[in-house]
Amino acid sequence: MEKIFSARDPSALNTETLEINFGPQHPSTHGVFRMNIVCDGETVVSLKPVMGYLHRNHEQIAENMSYAASMPYTDRLDYFNSMSNNFGYSLAVEKLANIEVPERAQYIRVIMAELTRLVNHVSVIGFLLNDLGAFFTPVLYAFREREKILDIFEEVSGARMMCNYFRFGGVKYEIQPHILQRIKEIVKKFPKFLEEFEALLSKNEILCMRCQNVGVLPKELAVSASITGPMLRASGVDYDIRKVDKYSIYGRFKFRIPLGEKGDVYDRYYVRILEMHESLKILDQALKDIPATGELVSKKMAPFLKSPRNFKPPVGEAYGRVEAPKGELGFYVVSDGTPQPWRYHVRAPSFINLTILEDMCLGHKIADVIVILGSVDIVLGEVDH
Amino acid sequence: MAFTENLSSVDGGLKSELGKKGIVVATLNELYNWGRRSSIWPMQFGLACCAIEMIATACARYDIARFGAELFRPSPRQSDLMIVAGTVTKKMAPQVVRLYNQMAEPKYVITMGACSIAGGPFIDGYNVLRGIDRYIPIDVHLPGCPPRPEALLYGLMELQRKIDGQTIEKTEWYQKGLKREYPVPECGPHGLIPKFNPEVWAPREVDHRKERYGEPVLIGKKDKAPNLDAPVAARPAATSASSASQPSAS
Repeated sequence: MEKIFSARDPSALNTETLEINFGPQHPSTHGVFRMNIVCDGETVVSLKPVMGYLHRNHEQIAENMSYAASMPYTDRLDYFNSMSNNFGYSLAVEKLANIEVPERAQYIRVIMAELTRLVNHVSVIGFLLNDLGAFFTPVLYAFREREKILDIFEEVSGARMMCNYFRFGGVKYEIQPHILQRIKEIVKKFPKFLEEFEALLSKNEILCMRCQNVGVLPKELAVSASITGPMLRASGVDYDIRKVDKYSIYGRFKFRIPLGEKGDVYDRYYVRILEMHESLKILDQALKDIPATGELVSKKMAPFLKSPRNFKPPVGEAYGRVEAPKGELGFYVVSDGTPQPWRYHVRAPSFINLTILEDMCLGHKIADVIVILGSVDIVLGEVDH
Repeated sequence: MAFTENLSSVDGGLKSELGKKGIVVATLNELYNWGRRSSIWPMQFGLACCAIEMIATACARYDIARFGAELFRPSPRQSDLMIVAGTVTKKMAPQVVRLYNQMAEPKYVITMGACSIAGGPFIDGYNVLRGIDRYIPIDVHLPGCPPRPEALLYGLMELQRKIDGQTIEKTEWYQKGLKREYPVPECGPHGLIPKFNPEVWAPREVDHRKERYGEPVLIGKKDKAPNLDAPVAARPAATSASSASQPSAS
């Protein structure tokens, strides 16, 4: 009896930390991510991510292939938004070989990239809610909209997810007028869906309680850890490569950059919703301005569509970057004048955004770790490439 | 895997005749298989790209619930079906085999996508397993990169056909001496040890890949880095995109 009483006295308690292995097979790790968490009670004391369960040798394979052949591999980096990945890679090679892109192809590229942003943000919010415990209901709404956009991708490129649509100096297939009409309809109806989505979620008490003041990422830390994308903007840093770099024809469109205030999970969620509104604005303008006819691939690159192995960029290096939905996606390519790149490197945004995970999770409960991980928006294909 | 049609001993004509009167005649096998195939619980286990298509199959448009397989269980102990959806790397393969061992009988496996069948586009990678069927037995292979949701539904229907062909007397998991736990490979310095599981898969004597596609095309080892510091004019004049206006067709 004496022992029990002494155990109730907190000063006499001798507690131990608990080590938890989390993943790689876990429904909330968004794939095969693994974390070693040390808990004191329910509070996270240390968190070590273990990566590499999906390391598919993307860079090594690409260095042994012709330039055009690694385009389909970029689809499989971040498998939610293959079009943005194609965009980044083709920008890098176009910079390397000094290729101009025709007007119409530029517009098609921007339309496709913004559609992927809608797909990505909508699904990410669905999965974030999944992690919060609203099991599969928001995902059903999100995937309903996603399927509509995937239909367009399929009609344009022939594949639902792995589009492989971009080519150096343009795009592969023509975009028919009726598809443009359908995109216009989607753009018209999407705000209504977002309204519905927001009405269900944004002021939901459970979502607010679980997300606000959780996983706060201060401005300075975000900048020094080179975080990019919606995560950085949720912390209040005005940095969007579409504005900073004005690659492709992004300089022509009017849109604003939504910024968060605190940098907690709720801000990250809400920045994504606002970004979708801005994407719709860009889509609206692009669909209005797109020339009715025009080349799809620049004349310089047209012969290489049939014989991609003869494409040999001059010796040099290039870094092409885009604002992918997850952050700055960069491709660094070094050419040595042969059909294969000498060096090929991917700056994967979700990999770099993941490095800050421990700092955000420390001191929070273990249930919040899942929410914070969900708000980082990782895709394991890109993390491990 | 060959299907065996599970023929009922009851005459078909008599059955339909009785059915009109409201009497249902069924063998125990039929009932047993009907129950099992209409409530396959898959494991919620996504590896890579194909997992997204698996989620899309579970969502509104494709709605895997029509086939009774909507209840994705995160725990292998509660699931009947493992959908290996995505690239299996050498680091992940021991986990996949371990999960398979943890599943309760009867258990089935669908490989979804080219990667889990044979390595797919990543077959040349040093870290990618050339097919999970080297370690665990597979019931249905689903090719595609990734397979469409319809393909996954078709694969599920094929699995249901397979379940329909099983009988209680002959099913493996009621027999004596059933061995359904397979050795978990270890990640050694030179890949996985053992390299394959001879009970499930053994390397073929003929190299079909070589037979079909010929010798692999080697680019030649590159060991000299390009000199990027040299001014552009001094660089070796490679047949650049600008100069090669008409590439030869060879």
